[in-house]
Amino acid sequence: MFYRSHVLVCGGTGCTASQSNEIIKQFEKLLEDNNIENEVKVVKTGCFGLCEKGPIVVVYPEGATYSRVTPDDVKEIVSEHLVKGRIVKRLLLGEKEAEDVSKALEDVGFFKRQHRIALRNCGVINPENIEEYIAREGYLALGKVLTEMSPAQVIDIIKKSGLRGRGGGGFPTGLKWEFASKPQADQKYVCCNADEGDPGAFMDRSILEGDPHSVIEAMAIAGYAIGADKGFIYVRAEYPIAVTRLNIALKQAKEYGLLGRNIFGTDFSFDIEIRLGAGAFVCGEETALMTSVEGKRGEPRPRPPFPANKGLWQKPTILNNVETYANIPAIILNGPEWFSGIGTEKSKGTKVFAIGGKINNTGLVEIPMGTTLREVIYDIGGGIPNEKKFKAAQTGGPSGGCIPADKIDTPIDYDNLTELGSMMGSGGLIVMDEDNCMVDIAKFFLDFTVDESCGKCPPCRIGTKRMYEILEKITEGRGEDGDIEKLELLAKNIKASALCGLGQTAPNPILSTLRYFRDEYEAHIYEKRCPAGVCKALLRYVIDEDKCKGCSLCARKCPVNAISGELRKPYHIDQSICIKCGACMETCKFGAISKV
Amino acid sequence: MKSLAELKAIREKALKEINLRDNADKIRVVVGMATCGIAAGARPVMNAFVEELNKRNIKNVNVLMTGCVGACRLEPMAEVIDARGEKTTYVKLDADKARKIVVEHLVNGRPVIEYTIGETERE
Amino acid sequence: MSEMVTLTIDGKEVKAPIGSTVLEAARLAGIKIPTLCYLKDINEIGACRMCVVDVGARSLQASCVYPVSEGLKVITNSPEVREARRVTLELILSNHDKKCLSCVRSENCELQKLAKDLNVDDTHFEGASNHYEIDDLSPSIVRDPNKCILCRRCVSICKNVQTVSVIETNERGFNTIVSSPFNMALKDTPCVNCGQCIVACPVGALREKDNTDKVWEALANPELHVVVQTAPAVRVAIGEEFGFPIGTRCTGKMVAALKRLGFDKVFDTDTAADLTIMEEGTELIERIKNGGKLPLITSCSPGWIKFCEHNYPDLLEHLSSCKSPQNMFGAVLKSYYAEKMGIDPAKMFVVSVMPCTAKKFEVERPELASTGYPDVDVSITTREAARMIKEAGIDFVNLPDEQFDDPMGDASGAGVIFGATGGVMEAALRTVVDILTGKDNENIEYKAVRGVEGVKVAEVEVPGLTLRAAVAHGLGNARKLMDQVRAGEADYHFIEIMACPGGCVTGGGQPIQPSSVTNLIDLKAERAKAIYAEDESLTFRKSHKNEKMMRLYEEYFEKPGSHKAHELLHTHYVLRENYPEECCK
Repeated sequence: MFYRSHVLVCGGTGCTASQSNEIIKQFEKLLEDNNIENEVKVVKTGCFGLCEKGPIVVVYPEGATYSRVTPDDVKEIVSEHLVKGRIVKRLLLGEKEAEDVSKALEDVGFFKRQHRIALRNCGVINPENIEEYIAREGYLALGKVLTEMSPAQVIDIIKKSGLRGRGGGGFPTGLKWEFASKPQADQKYVCCNADEGDPGAFMDRSILEGDPHSVIEAMAIAGYAIGADKGFIYVRAEYPIAVTRLNIALKQAKEYGLLGRNIFGTDFSFDIEIRLGAGAFVCGEETALMTSVEGKRGEPRPRPPFPANKGLWQKPTILNNVETYANIPAIILNGPEWFSGIGTEKSKGTKVFAIGGKINNTGLVEIPMGTTLREVIYDIGGGIPNEKKFKAAQTGGPSGGCIPADKIDTPIDYDNLTELGSMMGSGGLIVMDEDNCMVDIAKFFLDFTVDESCGKCPPCRIGTKRMYEILEKITEGRGEDGDIEKLELLAKNIKASALCGLGQTAPNPILSTLRYFRDEYEAHIYEKRCPAGVCKALLRYVIDEDKCKGCSLCARKCPVNAISGELRKPYHIDQSICIKCGACMETCKFGAISKV
Repeated sequence: MKSLAELKAIREKALKEINLRDNADKIRVVVGMATCGIAAGARPVMNAFVEELNKRNIKNVNVLMTGCVGACRLEPMAEVIDARGEKTTYVKLDADKARKIVVEHLVNGRPVIEYTIGETERE
Repeated sequence: MSEMVTLTIDGKEVKAPIGSTVLEAARLAGIKIPTLCYLKDINEIGACRMCVVDVGARSLQASCVYPVSEGLKVITNSPEVREARRVTLELILSNHDKKCLSCVRSENCELQKLAKDLNVDDTHFEGASNHYEIDDLSPSIVRDPNKCILCRRCVSICKNVQTVSVIETNERGFNTIVSSPFNMALKDTPCVNCGQCIVACPVGALREKDNTDKVWEALANPELHVVVQTAPAVRVAIGEEFGFPIGTRCTGKMVAALKRLGFDKVFDTDTAADLTIMEEGTELIERIKNGGKLPLITSCSPGWIKFCEHNYPDLLEHLSSCKSPQNMFGAVLKSYYAEKMGIDPAKMFVVSVMPCTAKKFEVERPELASTGYPDVDVSITTREAARMIKEAGIDFVNLPDEQFDDPMGDASGAGVIFGATGGVMEAALRTVVDILTGKDNENIEYKAVRGVEGVKVAEVEVPGLTLRAAVAHGLGNARKLMDQVRAGEADYHFIEIMACPGGCVTGGGQPIQPSSVTNLIDLKAERAKAIYAEDESLTFRKSHKNEKMMRLYEEYFEKPGSHKAHELLHTHYVLRENYPEECCK
């Protein structure tokens, strides 16, 4: 069967949640109704990255990209575009780009600045069909490695490429493989960390959903490089679509002999099992992950011994994250120079970021290392909604920190972010505008850390709780002299003495907001004022007597009867009753009510 | 999987399937598929293009549809646009003509002058 | 000699064997690093962060698990390191029930000592603290999670050493708690009451169920004839509670102190140990002769018995039907002794002082009441006995030695060595070999069954037979041996099993030595030395040479294994499930 047209519908988690399965059904039905089911093929793909505008539908060969498609829109796409060849402009992504639809996807600003390596197949292939992956040079790298290269050569290529771990630490991947290749052992393991846990980050999920074979292929390559014949993918059970597609991919890879015994007719055998995690953040930490794979309570253990020597079941093990693996086949095929030609001096290649927060194009982007924050926010992300002012970007999730507005032109790479007191982390990027309170932000992340602490060591178990309590006190207007110093003392010592990387980095959100926004903390503590107007306890709604006309509208809107007054005379708010809901301010037609 | 050759064979086959998702450096055959075109028989023309290209394993050509270009009396029409953007416009097509265009123009690089708009309009 | 590396600790060059930790190397250099969760060979998890040092890494490292390496530079005493330890300790204290004045572990609390040593401010990081219910439903062990500092020493010993696994860390973060599965009370789990968790606990989160009130009450009751029996391991450890060095034998002072507490008679459980040897030895010989179930396994250790009932219910027939010496003695006291003294057994109150918390469970077993009355009324631990002596204001240290009371007072050296692992086996061999060879053998020290090795094996040639014996102490070792028995691979005639590693000398009811001591010396070996010294000091070292006991047979039981002996000195066992099904639903 040969088709003249392919309709690609995003089957990522975000688009699935907004009815992409319904859309697929609708397409299939209407194609049949129009008797063109043999001409047009409907393909469910992985995530395109532009989740904010989902569900996304791309029609080839034109490459017309439709956004926010509803099942009702399908009829129009079929009758107009697929039957009559007239592109449905009203659904096109970005009106400006509508002129030359044949290049729409690549040319949309959101995609134009991206460089998709890890995401190369996401949204392009059907992840449930191994042949589509093979068509995109899939498993060619594995074939090349097994038939033409020695394990040492493979490690050498990865080392030369400059690839660093994409999961958080940024450890050089080639070096990690080399360490694990050294020890002699009867058994070694290759592990994949798909326990993506940073709030807001979902690149690993998207890769597993959109291109699971790239991870499987890379793990087999890693297995060959270090001398392992067994792999484990530790994926959180909250990613059901990813798990399903991984299972399908593993089954297909086995059927095609790309996993199993004597792959490509060589002596190399490799198999992969899936382990489901229950979503504990700490299980993203390598030793905790391995403990969990072993079937024990997911808790970190001290290093050394490092997993390269004693990992899973005390055997040499490497653990890389999904995005790291997704880069591997491309590096093997295109060569290390190609990869190291992208990026900055010490950070090579690209990085996928999940951008969210106060930004127009929420979604997933893959950019060359060294792209500035400004480009990410304004050129790719489409800027900040409502013309608000950019205040800071948070990277690295609960282990990371904030980058303030005056550092917006810093090229993003591992070392620059670390220097700024943040970190690359797994690639969460949350944009904050003038309406965000930085103390509140720090509290949000600490709340997460307190909740996710495994409880093994006291600095994290009790220390993060104490820091959270102090932040809570400050945001509730009970801050006092010495609180900042106490936070600093705790932060410093938790960083120094917590058992694992998660505990050691837990104070980062506080340290970095203190570094750049200490004045906000001080305003909360000493002036009992929240400059961004977020912390309710420190807010007061007041009526400007000069502007108030005494119309009584606000008093009638107030849900707790905190506003009183005489008609045609200025009203006033009883602060002891006010619950700070803001309904009065929204109601006032004269702009007489404000937050102070 | 026993060998690289085996993988490559699968790849060849699969590539045909997804080839049309790639527009870079390709020749485009744009068939007019508005009401006028469809009424004049554009659908069998387009299908003939697709089938013939596939049969001959030609990968650098994408068949696209477009709406009415305003010369309804010349339908079914198709434009061949090469990678440099040069256009050849064929008119009053049928399935056989379409197959001939594939063989002559797209395979051998010789435009079928007799079907072009210039030649037809001259008559 | 293992290979050595040279490292620098606080500017001092130190040579340490490869594979050792920075903590151990520092000790070689005379540098003491504070520890809390670290228990040598048992809990080496680097969790509490008290022993952190600067090794030049991004963060401080736990010296208890950080391996030495050539050229490593370690700083143990910088302002940063000290501050980190202090902050961690202050954080621990901020969520610890600090009612030290009334805490059973006051003055023997590792947290208290650290707080003093590190000069901390316990009010620095005030905040929310957890409030949990105390689990005091077990007859043996009381768990107070409010005092728990989550060092996990108890978890490790329960799970890894004893393989009982009835406590684990549950929940996470600030809500982390050591508790039983499904939050069951300890008494509803397959806990064997060995009390090893208690002696592992650095604070007062685990303690024995205190029965001293019941004893005081009985002593104050003029109607009652209150007698006490003391197990062999008590006398070699109780001195530690009064400042004597580890391994000091305080038999005489102990007897004197108990008499001053007001007990009508103070007896030696060792007498019943001799009785046990006669009964168990006879049982062994019978089983060998008559093709009975072999190997025969000892039944003195109540922790082991409950473990077997839960984990090897299919192998209960291997257990000797003999009661433990504590209960044999109780039964003899309430029958033979009561008759002889003309005391109504209903008016008799038998207290036992045991190195053991499982004995508290054992005395409550309904099957152990052969006379119609409980064999033993109350069992207290060595620690409780010491507390009573202190409370009564008795000057233990300066007491004159006194003798156990007649008519049950004498015991052989064989009875004494019951207190150490291998002791029951050795005692049994001394008697059984004499019986089987028909002569009084002079070689009575079976060193192969002594020592701290987990499983010990011995072969003894007797006429017509090579007697094969095995000894296991610690339930993890017992499990290994029992799995062999179950698989039919244990070709032994006789097996001795003690629930506690080291046997009774290091039982769950014994004085608690802090980790600063147990990490440096082998408490098992030190206390066992005193046991063997006591054995050597005695005239009679074979059970069947204990004249008073042999008179007991003449006067009362006729012979070992008689009908009357079976009635009073033997018992049966109970099938128990391992984690009852309903709690897994």
